[in-house]
Amino acid sequence: MEFLRPATWDEALAAKAEHPDALPIAGGTDVMVEINFDATRPDVLLDLTRIDELADWSPDGERLRIGAGVTYSRLIADLADRLPGLAMASRTVGSPQIRNRGTIAGNLGSASPAGDAHPPLLADDAVVEAHSTRGVRHIPITEFYTGVKRNALAKDELIAAVLTPPADGPQQFAKIGTRNAMVISVTAFGLALHPGTGTVGAAFGSAAPTPRRATHAEEFLAAELSATGRWDSRAELDPATVTRFGALVAEAASPIDDVRGTADYRTHALSVMARRTLVWAWTDYRRKRVRTCA
Amino acid sequence: MKCTVNGRPQEIDDVWEGESLLYALRERMGLPGSKNACEQGECGSCTVYLDGTPVCACLVAAGQAQDRDVVTVEGLADEDELHPVQQAFLDAGAVQCGFCTPGLLVATHDLLERQPQPSDPEIREALAGNLCRCTGYEKILDAVRQAATAKAEQ
Repeated sequence: MEFLRPATWDEALAAKAEHPDALPIAGGTDVMVEINFDATRPDVLLDLTRIDELADWSPDGERLRIGAGVTYSRLIADLADRLPGLAMASRTVGSPQIRNRGTIAGNLGSASPAGDAHPPLLADDAVVEAHSTRGVRHIPITEFYTGVKRNALAKDELIAAVLTPPADGPQQFAKIGTRNAMVISVTAFGLALHPGTGTVGAAFGSAAPTPRRATHAEEFLAAELSATGRWDSRAELDPATVTRFGALVAEAASPIDDVRGTADYRTHALSVMARRTLVWAWTDYRRKRVRTCA
Repeated sequence: MKCTVNGRPQEIDDVWEGESLLYALRERMGLPGSKNACEQGECGSCTVYLDGTPVCACLVAAGQAQDRDVVTVEGLADEDELHPVQQAFLDAGAVQCGFCTPGLLVATHDLLERQPQPSDPEIREALAGNLCRCTGYEKILDAVRQAATAKAEQ
């Protein structure tokens, strides 16, 4: 096995072009498990941890550009105010040791339907910035996941960053697992309300071959909030709206039975998480107004 | 492969760079303090500092540790006396079989560096990645509280 240790991003892209099958490794929290258990023996490992610029985030126009090497710990420490949904999801990843190494881009690279970062990235309309020696490609997050543990990256591409707008309204994340720490999701749900555009982002993990948006649920809720003037009035939600939202989220799922849970359980759990997170987010939205007026 | 371990430069030959830092530490450098259990980042018994950050050594490729600074449980104590965290684990009876202890010591050491007087929820959160199957967590929580007190009195 070859172990490549590029010192610069250009060197990394050149190495990936030369060795399209090279397996990128950053935090190693997925890759090393595979290697330790002999599940994979890549011919070439491409270590990206020496490229300092990857570990930074910065404002990029109206969005935030999160470098591919930014760890969950760093995201929680630096961006919890601007990306609350993603920060909540990041807090549920593994343990402190795992969050110190694991990266959002690693979640994208692995593209497991159970990756915790996916629902908030979908709810936020994130964009994946992929680089190769051929150039730069911006892949909308909804087009990024192509199958179970498969993504839209070309063989010679590496993830440089994720672009995501800072929150313009309340965000929530919920995850079902067997305990609080060190747990892979049975199913997870992310919600982002966008009062500025009158839209809603709602997405789930571990309940379909890929992480997925619940498009009908998003459209239903956005239309309901607009039609009833609630974006402005911030009046309490109609319980029927909450129930219908939960049902539509569950309808969008196509889960399977596996060792972590049954399809029926996942579908039911999703409807519950969707209802709860909506109520939490709306409560947050209503409180903000009270504070503003005071 | 070259790196610094517990303040001393280490150079080892014939490392397969895809092997874990944990394997390199235990089998090639003669530092068996960090324990090998799950090899998937679940148990925390291999916790070491990598450039000052606690990580699972089983999930760091040996090649990634090149030129980095590693501190293992063997590096916590002074020459002749135990670190207050280690002493507190002994005093509190927080060590039974001892397998999880090295990882817990490093995780506790890191917690008290960041937060010298942690609350119970902070302790639980900081140790969430370290599994113990026999001592029981109550004694371990006692040890962390005692270590915090001992460090404050130093």
